[in-house]
Amino acid sequence: MAVPSGAMPSSGGHKHKATKYIVGYASSLVLTAIAFLLALVKHTLPVGPLVVVLTVLAALQIVVQLYFFMHVTEGDGPPFHSVFLILGLLFTFAIALMSVWIMSFPAFMAQVG
Amino acid sequence: MAVMEHAVHNPTGIDEKPLEYRDPNQSVKILGFWLFLATDMLLFGCLFATYLVVRTHTDGGPTPQQLFDIPGFTLETFFLLTSSFTGGLSTLAMRNGNRKWLMTWLAVTILLGLAFIGFEVKEFVGDVAVGATMQRSAFLSAFFTLVGTHGSHVSIGLVWMFLTLLQVARRGITKVTARKVFVVNLYWHFLDVVWVFIFTIVYLSGRVM
Repeated sequence: MAVPSGAMPSSGGHKHKATKYIVGYASSLVLTAIAFLLALVKHTLPVGPLVVVLTVLAALQIVVQLYFFMHVTEGDGPPFHSVFLILGLLFTFAIALMSVWIMSFPAFMAQVG
Repeated sequence: MAVMEHAVHNPTGIDEKPLEYRDPNQSVKILGFWLFLATDMLLFGCLFATYLVVRTHTDGGPTPQQLFDIPGFTLETFFLLTSSFTGGLSTLAMRNGNRKWLMTWLAVTILLGLAFIGFEVKEFVGDVAVGATMQRSAFLSAFFTLVGTHGSHVSIGLVWMFLTLLQVARRGITKVTARKVFVVNLYWHFLDVVWVFIFTIVYLSGRVM
């Protein structure tokens, strides 16, 4: 295949390996399978702890995608993108969890029945 | 900080950086895209908060247990997880300067994304057919808004990825197309993470609670 003008050569002679991606994919499949089995097949855990375990498994999937697929540890210059990410995640979880918390107040629940 | 140690593969040679980071004009766009992802997260945070609050408000209509089809959302999950992997392989091919495999993996990712969207549309049409419309209850309004917003993100991502594929086909792997391939895949992996939370908070929790 003819290489168009302006095409870049591959990086510095050495080839990047697919190992990291395969490990990432396997991890995401395993974490997903554990979540599905716990929720749908086993029914061993009571609902409260089960939801906590499922949320922890989902949080681990964030780490898998960020590290293995999104190359969050690479980049050009200072890791400003990590600051964006940490703030974004903090606000996202704050909005969701504090909404659940405040809407579960007994006084409020009594009013809406 | 650990992030700094990996900033470049080889600190002595600038060419050892991954292709998409070699031109500062391109790497600043990648930084900007991370900022976009942080704000998009807030959008989904608000929709998840709404869903969690009104989840039980079914108004005598369909409940999550009656509505959610296990084989359906299991297949959707499998397609999206796999497409995130093949998207990653297209980034790998880009970094290795292999245009043929880059285009192949982008095409496979698009096909898997289309399969995901196909099953989601089938699911929504099936829900509406049994009377579970967006107007039926607060639960269903929040459900369709949250899952539909993710689905429209995926649909936009498919068009975007197809346009990126065309640019790689026409121009080859340049500093600019390398950055575009990297960014569209960042977006795709982000949507995979959002889906992980949808199947956890909406589908799996809906089946057990």
